[in-house]
Amino acid sequence: MAALVPRGARVLDLGCGDGELLANLAAERSCVVSGIESSDEGFLACVARGVPVLQADIDGGLADWDDASFDVVILSQTLQATHRPALVVAEMMRVGAAGIVSFPNVGHWRHRLTLALRGRMPVMEAATLPWFATPDIHLCTVRDFERLVGGQGLRVTRRVLLDERGGDASGGAARLRPNLLAAGAVYGLAAR
Amino acid sequence: MATATGPFGSLGLVETRRVVLFTEDDPLVLDSGERLAPVEVAYETYGTLDAAGGNAVFVCHALTGDAHAAGHHGDPARPGWWDTLIGPGKPVDTDRFFVISPNLLGGCQGTTGPGSLEPGTGRPYGLRFPLFTVADLVRVHRRLARHLGVNRLAAAIGGSLGGMQVLQWALDHPDDLHAGLLICASARLTAQNIAFSAVAREAIMRDEHFHGGDYYETGERPEVGLTIARMMAHITYLSEESMREKFGRRIQDASAPRFRFGVDFEVESYLQHQGESFLQRFDANSYLYLTRVMDYFDPFRDLPAALVRLQAVRTSFLVVSFDTDWRFDTKHSLDLVRVLQTAGVRVTFREIASPYGHDSFLLEVPEYHRTVAAFLARVAEEAGVAP
Repeated sequence: MAALVPRGARVLDLGCGDGELLANLAAERSCVVSGIESSDEGFLACVARGVPVLQADIDGGLADWDDASFDVVILSQTLQATHRPALVVAEMMRVGAAGIVSFPNVGHWRHRLTLALRGRMPVMEAATLPWFATPDIHLCTVRDFERLVGGQGLRVTRRVLLDERGGDASGGAARLRPNLLAAGAVYGLAAR
Repeated sequence: MATATGPFGSLGLVETRRVVLFTEDDPLVLDSGERLAPVEVAYETYGTLDAAGGNAVFVCHALTGDAHAAGHHGDPARPGWWDTLIGPGKPVDTDRFFVISPNLLGGCQGTTGPGSLEPGTGRPYGLRFPLFTVADLVRVHRRLARHLGVNRLAAAIGGSLGGMQVLQWALDHPDDLHAGLLICASARLTAQNIAFSAVAREAIMRDEHFHGGDYYETGERPEVGLTIARMMAHITYLSEESMREKFGRRIQDASAPRFRFGVDFEVESYLQHQGESFLQRFDANSYLYLTRVMDYFDPFRDLPAALVRLQAVRTSFLVVSFDTDWRFDTKHSLDLVRVLQTAGVRVTFREIASPYGHDSFLLEVPEYHRTVAAFLARVAEEAGVAP
């Protein structure tokens, strides 16, 4: 994901967690970074790392920021945990010149099997959390996401498909049937 | 950790010192162009300055504060106004940091102000004391820091008017502060804020004992006006919730209302006490000057110019607001956060849940203290302060 961010860019990470990505972007790519994080633990972890962070809930929109305040706005594994994903995407593309979004693909064959054969709700953090405890309330597939951004008049500038370990699967079979074979995806977005 | 001077977490006995920082030959030149001399400053320090002079934290006090921020002056039960925050092992850790805490210019607790003698006349200045700005307060602070051997501060911290000084400092001297902590501060008072200050000043100036500010030699003081000013301001420091919880509609020293105009409700008794005890420690003219300083503070008025100035600022900011503060509510903090962030300045912001309103910054609110401690621990790391 860091590779998609231009050197020296002004970056806002929505739902930045413990700030690891931003710390890397600041150190390795000389980016001017800031994060928004709602959890107390995430916020304090960012402070401890020296990552500038605002404790806030992005579901309320980003009304405090002017249009195009940032070069890049990142939504890393956060979209599915928002109450209003369409609003969040629209807002990120308003305050940022470009957007980067990553999310797990519920269309992946393993999740389909979980539901179809076992009759169980697919859970992205299956190893650690039961379905009722995950923060994920708006899961989607690769196809769903592309419809959302298409409907908002956004342009996909880059798509990286991910395998189940989070590695780049764009060169493999996933390219042919991304909605079925990609475990997740990273999108670069721009206004049309 | 216990120290030789006091119990756990306390600095023990501390003392206020004084130093003349500006003289006739080297006067303080104010924003207005006026020259002021001599300027004497009362200050306290806690902890030890390291060999590199890099572990200093400067405390900027609010409207009615003084130099005595931490430790005590003989009675451990009556510690300084920010003793919850400053001391060994506390968020502003005096085992790591060297803390400098002066009384403000224009104040009345040892630093030159309207109650000081005007050279040449041998009489107190009164309203002949020049009007000054937040930038002027910073000029005096910088001189004190230099006097103590500090050229660059690890951090400056202040609540309310104190935060305004920290912000102004970073703007005027972009290389001075490694970090700035703005607690329930504002970059611009609202009409409502100014209105409250205006009524407070009117109460003082219309007091029959005000004598145009020259009351010092009359044997009278505008006590009624200053008391009313303080009573009203105090309401704005508390939240509706905390007043309800603290007093409710309880009757003072009785079980049933007495139906009279004198003090009957507990809250009335409390405000009266606040007003009267304020008389013991504050001067009416200082109140006029320091509230006026806040009214005129507006560093981002020319926003394009401010954004250009901010490009040079290397200070890393922590901005904290409290959810029940209605004197400087969260919007004040967010407004200045947005300007700093737009300029690419490093800024961290948190709204803390606390029932105590504006006063929260003086109280031991655990999440607030945790945030300040975490931020300063990082600052110490970045500024190379020894653990």
